[in-house]
Amino acid sequence: MPKDSGIGASSKRREDVRFLTGQGNYTDDINIHGQAHVHFLRSDIAHGTINRIDTSAAETMPGVVRIFTGADFEALGGMPCGWQVTDKHGEPMQEPKHPILAHGKVRHVGEPIAAVVADTLEQARDAAEAIVLDIAELPAVVDMKAAVKADAPKVHDDLPSNLCYDWGFVEENKAATDEAFEKAAHVTTLELVNNRLVANPMEPRVAVGEYARGTDEHTLYTTSQNPHVIRLLMGAFVLGIPEHKLRVVAPDVGGGFGTKIFHYQEEAFCTFAAKACNRPVKWTSSRSEAFMSDAHGRDHVTKIELALDADNNFTALRTDTYANMGAYLSTFAPSVPTWLHGTLMAGNYKTPLIYVNVKAVFTNTVPVDAYRGAGRPEATFQLERVIDKAAQELGVDPVALRRQNFITEFPYATPVAVEYDTGDYHATMDKVLELSDRAGFEARRKDSEARGKLRGFGINCFIEACGIAPSNLVGQLGARAGLYESATVRVNATGGLVVMTGSHSHGQGHETSFAQVVADMIGIDENMIEIVHGDTSKTPMGMGTYGSRSIAVGGSAMVRATEKIIAKAKKIASHLLEASEGDIELKDGAFSVAGTDKSVAWGDVTLAAYVPHNYPLEDMEPGLEETAFYDPSNFTYPAGAYTCEVEVDPETGVVSIERFASADDFGNVINPMIVEGQVHGGIAQGIGQALLENCAYDENGQLLTASYMDYTMPRADDLPGMADYIVDHSCQTPCTHNPLGVKGCGEAGAIGSPPTVINAIIDALRSGGHQVDHIDMPATPAKVWAAMQG
Amino acid sequence: MYNFDVVVPGSVAEAVAALGEEDAQALGGGQTLIPTLKQRLASPSVLVSLSGIAEIKGVCKTDDGQLSVGGGTTHATVAREAAGTFAGLAGLAGHIGDPAVRNRGTIGGSLANNDPSACYPAAALGTGATIITNAREIAADDFFQGMFTTDLEEGEIITEVRFPVPEASSYQKFEQPASRFALVGVFVAKFADGVRVAVTGASNDGVFRWDEAEAALSANFAPEALDGLTVSGDDMINDLHGTGAYRAHLVGVMAKRAVAAAS
Ligand SMILES: Cc1cc2nc3c(=O)[nH]c(=O)nc-3n(C[C@H](O)[C@H](O)[C@H](O)COP(=O)(O)OP(=O)(O)OC[C@H]3O[C@@H](n4cnc5c(N)ncnc54)[C@H](O)[C@@H]3O)c2cc1C
Repeated sequence: MPKDSGIGASSKRREDVRFLTGQGNYTDDINIHGQAHVHFLRSDIAHGTINRIDTSAAETMPGVVRIFTGADFEALGGMPCGWQVTDKHGEPMQEPKHPILAHGKVRHVGEPIAAVVADTLEQARDAAEAIVLDIAELPAVVDMKAAVKADAPKVHDDLPSNLCYDWGFVEENKAATDEAFEKAAHVTTLELVNNRLVANPMEPRVAVGEYARGTDEHTLYTTSQNPHVIRLLMGAFVLGIPEHKLRVVAPDVGGGFGTKIFHYQEEAFCTFAAKACNRPVKWTSSRSEAFMSDAHGRDHVTKIELALDADNNFTALRTDTYANMGAYLSTFAPSVPTWLHGTLMAGNYKTPLIYVNVKAVFTNTVPVDAYRGAGRPEATFQLERVIDKAAQELGVDPVALRRQNFITEFPYATPVAVEYDTGDYHATMDKVLELSDRAGFEARRKDSEARGKLRGFGINCFIEACGIAPSNLVGQLGARAGLYESATVRVNATGGLVVMTGSHSHGQGHETSFAQVVADMIGIDENMIEIVHGDTSKTPMGMGTYGSRSIAVGGSAMVRATEKIIAKAKKIASHLLEASEGDIELKDGAFSVAGTDKSVAWGDVTLAAYVPHNYPLEDMEPGLEETAFYDPSNFTYPAGAYTCEVEVDPETGVVSIERFASADDFGNVINPMIVEGQVHGGIAQGIGQALLENCAYDENGQLLTASYMDYTMPRADDLPGMADYIVDHSCQTPCTHNPLGVKGCGEAGAIGSPPTVINAIIDALRSGGHQVDHIDMPATPAKVWAAMQG
Repeated sequence: MYNFDVVVPGSVAEAVAALGEEDAQALGGGQTLIPTLKQRLASPSVLVSLSGIAEIKGVCKTDDGQLSVGGGTTHATVAREAAGTFAGLAGLAGHIGDPAVRNRGTIGGSLANNDPSACYPAAALGTGATIITNAREIAADDFFQGMFTTDLEEGEIITEVRFPVPEASSYQKFEQPASRFALVGVFVAKFADGVRVAVTGASNDGVFRWDEAEAALSANFAPEALDGLTVSGDDMINDLHGTGAYRAHLVGVMAKRAVAAAS
């Protein structure tokens, strides 16, 4: 029986009422009396030396408050990087300066050069056009392999080269891995690209800075996934504002997908300028600015090799990856191709030896950082593509080859430094084959062929590391932050609760699912619980939402705090019921004495806590409010198996997704409807990457896909109808180390789907006699057609 | 946007007068012009909106059996009102952009703009339509003069487009994946005295007629008649979404599909 409330119930998303009726409070809805607007003059060339910026004419234009350039920020820190990777020689990565406004040089199209603050946005734009720039264009470097050549133009003159780091993992395994390749019965090699993407949240980034002269307090309203992280980074490293004088608010946020994790120049600028101009300063990104200033995602070029023995067991895996950092290091960029990617290369398989090499490279492009899945989609794509290619070379069933190499015993320590706690990869494989009706595929293929179409079946497995992450571990790996989560549970006198969580919801539905957990624990109605997030002045210091960590880490903190509440409430109840604490039971919102009919309602206990007339004041403080910080002991490891069926039109190369099925193991599930929505959305994004989305630059560093005229977003009609778009989460091996047994579901769809789609396309093309080994994403009609021409 | 004034005349004569002002520009549905203004790529001093001129709106049959579409008629109106008389044209109009675009964008704006990827130019050239302005009548064969270029004079307004109604016709559009404009669009129209085939989206020179296909289809109006016929990809658009060779190939595929679908 599906539940109708609490954990396991598909409670309707309460926040949607305000989102869908225009009652949301997004950052752009915030308009403060007297605010000025900033327009950023951005570089339209990819690389150049700034000789002169003449703002004199612009300063006299109507409405101009003040014009800032890089020189105004020389005394301040630059944009910090939150993760330091150590290279294979034990040396720290190359870390360039990252100014708020370009200084000395411009390094990518879209880099802010000057900021015009004016009474209105139009006045700011007018004045920006009157700024005279003298920039000497330099040759740009866009291609990563060209960028690491000795004679390449240098993005940063003060660094030895464009190589940020050369990372080897696990370096101690390298010799043994190489040796295993020499002994292998078969080696499959594949070179591929993981295409650069633009996140494109529906709500563009916005920042509003405010300064109260009387109290010396700064406030930044911003579109962020993690306001406390922004407060820490901006306050401590950029502007030198102590945290008690700096409040960061991320109100309703319309989608993030990773790109709103990072601390951006515009946030620091608006905070700084509000004090400098003594006026609130607002910036709202246009969509065009978003394309050239939001951190991009992916952009790896990889060679992967898989070694197998004579019985088709995987014996070793070796990869060689170039990862684009763009022109500067965005907040968490260095961690993505390393600790979020190399550690996942074992996938679902017991490959004993793995060696991963990653060269992170600076180019004259927008910085690249975490995007839904971050590192794990890149790992999954190459691994699952090379396995499919191996199956094809060996003439074996791709499902059987995967099954034969599955990890089946848990906990399992991989050769790439992580330990999977639970999983059942055969179960998800069985489930997806059933859901996708693989048995009926041949008949469907015949039907397609009768209509002149090629049909292909793609299979894919994946594992991800979510719930990031144990703070002491990530500290050793170079993180400059902790990755615990926090919650304060405040019970009001009349029994309602406010949960202040350090997690942040920007579309995930936390206000609903978090309330379900607390309601379930106490046995009260979900509507008695309010979830508060996104304001550093309200919530305890938290690390925010990304890496599918909210329910696993933030939810666990909330459970711990609620447990403390229940423990104290039981003490109060035992006093009121004159019974021993050990005999008190909490059920359906009432405390009772075991074996008796004596009970006291939740509301009476909470009232006693705040009106402590009959209360054990000698033993306990009044009040009912508890805080917990939860630091996980391991990552969580959601895993799954996906299938896709495509039809290819051989005349045009058009690929249509006819059927898609996913069987995910997320451990326990709090709200099935929300989980299914997350997976649907993730798969849509993965299909977007596989078929449609591509961020392209020309050789001069000009962004070719700078609007929706050229950057293809997935649309509803690119996806199969709901009946053929199946998401299942019935295979559940609960996480062993967090109190809810949950693993996280936010990124799975985007990780698991791209290789599924490409595997299906290759299968379709080969069925038509085209000897195609690989197609790089996105598999556009033009590319698929060209592949068929040979 | 830069600042500008807006006038909303009620007649063609008033509009022509208003367009005589320095840096005045006609505003149809604004589906091309407004985004251009937002990006500050144009700076007219006065926008002369054509939306208040009743005499250039609507669809009707002329006495000589042609279909007359007012220059200010929206794509949505054409999709609806031409469906009974000229299905090929209605189908084309009904697949331009999305409902918001179709409810604002006009045939006059589309033809005046002559975007190399626009749909309407294929119908006008593919039927040998007459473009009528406040000043004169222009044959479609003379009207389109390459990408974003037409025979229109400064301030000239398209008031009407007159389409000969074919016995059978179809427009087949292969969508550019991002914009969903035509990567290649082919309009095929069969008349008693022959077949016309116009291709949009593909060429660096904008919409063009495919003569060999016209000859082959005039002899035999069947998809097979196009077997073995090819256009050269050399002068075709080569961009992120497809090479010239791919576009040239699609011209053949879409032409066959248009013949097969013609009704
Ligand atoms: C999202 C989107 C998708 C689209 N998809 C397609 C598509 O698939 N296929 C397609 O063909 N088009 C497409 N379009 C373009 C659309 O059809 C436009 O409506 C059309 O190109 C311009 O018509 P308009 O009435 O909006 O003209 P406006 O934008 O108002 O004007 C365009 C130009 O024409 C001039 N002009 C306007 N009316 C007249 C007139 N009567 N006489 C003389 N000059 C005039 C203006 O001065 C201006 O220079 C799309 C547009 C958008 C925004």
